[in-house]
Amino acid sequence: MLKQIEGSHAMAEAIALCRPEVICAYPITPQTHIVEGVGELVKSGALQNCEFINVESEFAALSVAIGASAAGARVYTATASQGLLFMAEAVYNAAGLGLPIVMTLGNRAIGAPINIWNDHSDAMSMRDAGWIQLFAENNQEAVDLHIIAFRLAEELSMPAMVCVDGFILTHAFERVDIPDQAQVDSFLPPYDPVQVLDPENPASIGAMVGPEAFTEVRFLAHYKQRQALRLIPEFCEDFAKTFGRAAGGLLRPYRTDDAETIVVAMGSVVGTIKDVIDEMRDAGEKIGAVALVSYRPFPVEALRDILKHAKHVVVVEKCISVGVGGPLADNTDGALRNLRDRPKLHSAIAGLGGRPITRESLKKLFHDAVHAPWIGPFFLDLNERVVGREIHRGRKVRRAGSTAENILKQLALASHLPPG
Amino acid sequence: MTDSTHAQNPAPSLKYYQKGTFTVGNRLVADAERAVQSSPERSNALTSGHRACQGCGEALGARYAIDAAMRATGNDMIAVNATGCLEVFTTPYPETSWQLPWLHSLFGNAAAVATGVAAAMRVKGKKTRVIAQGGDGGTTDIGFQCLSGMFERNDDVLYICYDNEGYMNTGVQRSSATPPAARTATTPALGPEPGNVFGTGKFVPKIAVAHNIPYVATATVADLHDLERKVIKAMGIHGARYIQINVPCPLGWGAPSSDTIKLARLAVECGLYPIFEAEHGRITAARKIRRRIPVRDYLILQKRYAHLFRNGEDDPRVARLQAICDAHIADYGLLGDDEA
Repeated sequence: MLKQIEGSHAMAEAIALCRPEVICAYPITPQTHIVEGVGELVKSGALQNCEFINVESEFAALSVAIGASAAGARVYTATASQGLLFMAEAVYNAAGLGLPIVMTLGNRAIGAPINIWNDHSDAMSMRDAGWIQLFAENNQEAVDLHIIAFRLAEELSMPAMVCVDGFILTHAFERVDIPDQAQVDSFLPPYDPVQVLDPENPASIGAMVGPEAFTEVRFLAHYKQRQALRLIPEFCEDFAKTFGRAAGGLLRPYRTDDAETIVVAMGSVVGTIKDVIDEMRDAGEKIGAVALVSYRPFPVEALRDILKHAKHVVVVEKCISVGVGGPLADNTDGALRNLRDRPKLHSAIAGLGGRPITRESLKKLFHDAVHAPWIGPFFLDLNERVVGREIHRGRKVRRAGSTAENILKQLALASHLPPG
Repeated sequence: MTDSTHAQNPAPSLKYYQKGTFTVGNRLVADAERAVQSSPERSNALTSGHRACQGCGEALGARYAIDAAMRATGNDMIAVNATGCLEVFTTPYPETSWQLPWLHSLFGNAAAVATGVAAAMRVKGKKTRVIAQGGDGGTTDIGFQCLSGMFERNDDVLYICYDNEGYMNTGVQRSSATPPAARTATTPALGPEPGNVFGTGKFVPKIAVAHNIPYVATATVADLHDLERKVIKAMGIHGARYIQINVPCPLGWGAPSSDTIKLARLAVECGLYPIFEAEHGRITAARKIRRRIPVRDYLILQKRYAHLFRNGEDDPRVARLQAICDAHIADYGLLGDDEA
């Protein structure tokens, strides 16, 4: 059914259609509307046979999810940013125990300085935890990816994270096609776990594993993720058959066929990038883009096949691995590693802590990648005057105080406002 | 047999100290009062072959507690375990000592994981009961937030804390359950205030009582009948329940393996470890001290307190520990006749 609906509520409805049996969550901006939405559906009785548990922290939220999932229930939780970090230990644990928990991540920056707005630092911080990580481009895809995520997680006995840009998607009202229950039921069979906590058939789960087997355990976790590379396209095809629209996939090329420059990005910024590409195509430039849906597993081969004919690859990402550069750029670089005639890779860090990524800036970025290439990660729309002054200050005054406060003060001075 | 009511009462109330300790032959009591462990039908939920140290109080406490809970639930039960000695010595995979469904997730989340298991049972319409268990570190320190959350929500979980007063699994470090003056690897017997400092630590059973949960109890491996009774009682109640069992650790306390039960008994008899029950926020019963002893008699048997007795005379801290015992005795009403 077509609805004009807030992203969070659309996701809540989709999650309810997946018939979760236990939902637990701890509130954190910008995830709140999603769990409020599913909470309402449980409390009103619209979602039957489901326990909604208000817990005291994100660590507890995922821990409750672990217990319920190990006991055979279909489980859902959601978090963002600091919340994901607070549950970090359980994030790894859920993957290690092979529990098919589905979690929405309302992507948000990580502090300090505290910042509630969107970037991908949170998702990137857990990229090695063993979860499937899928990034939604818009709210229709956010809805669809949740349904696919449950099927994928349960097929592989592996938790899945649906990454949705905070505010940009979670709080945006868009037209979304909400599937009906019969469609979801035909796509997503009931959860039938291989092993559960069952007094009739007692098993010990979560035992200690020493050096004699740990490598094999990790190898198999990796192997399973590589299996997901095959299953994701399969399930997405099945999804298209059932629901009458394409969704997800490992990645989605956009006007890449003859493209000499290809932009790689994840999440909602892909929409803006496509607009810029249309504009540049109209001006005769051979440019295209790849929307990466599956970040974990990383579709090395599929990405390489698209990028191998390009001359330039521009990676635009909302995260900086401090001291190195962009993790998505690094992974993309890895995908190009063994090409004989590899394209030049240009890494751009953009949209940190919710800074808008404008079409003008992107257009200039894509142009510069070809005509005035930079070295190392390029920070899009960086206020060079401010950082210059701060670096200068740091050289003059030892222990110059907190960078965040200094920069805010400079911005206030620059705009002729009284500081403080 | 000293009980004069024996003639009228076919199941006499016995004082379990005929042998000068709390052990008593089950043959002396009626069938219904016999220990779960006395029955060949017991589940042996924590079966032999595990790798606990000789004289491990935790292994003993866990076996009695879980078997009692298994009897109370007709073996329809799941256990969640925090990281710690109990987890490590029972499950060096592919071996496991657990004869019931058992899940270990992390150090600090056993209470929350148990909440999840209980929620799954409820949603699936099963009557299967859930126990979470951990040591004092996993309970009173790193697992405390999850524990308090589980209490506050009144989730249908019995949490059992095996309190051996320190991080024994990692090599005897101080926890918030380590008593004052006790030497641990992180409170060495050095400097002007050797051992753990006074005025620190917490007694989680009292904090559990403050959550107004249906049932809280302390217990000891020196009185296994009482321990079993409390576990069985707890499993007859729904909602959040907490039992903390004092389990001496020969390694961490610096005592012979053969002294585990004796030390557990003396900890109660000196008043340092009050044994009581509480329901819905009110203390309802306290186990009386049978033969009161000075705390010195308890301390002097353990190397973790050796620094208190080094120079031929008692360190003044012994008197401070005695004052703690005296306060417990007054606060919990630990003197008097149990059976009066």
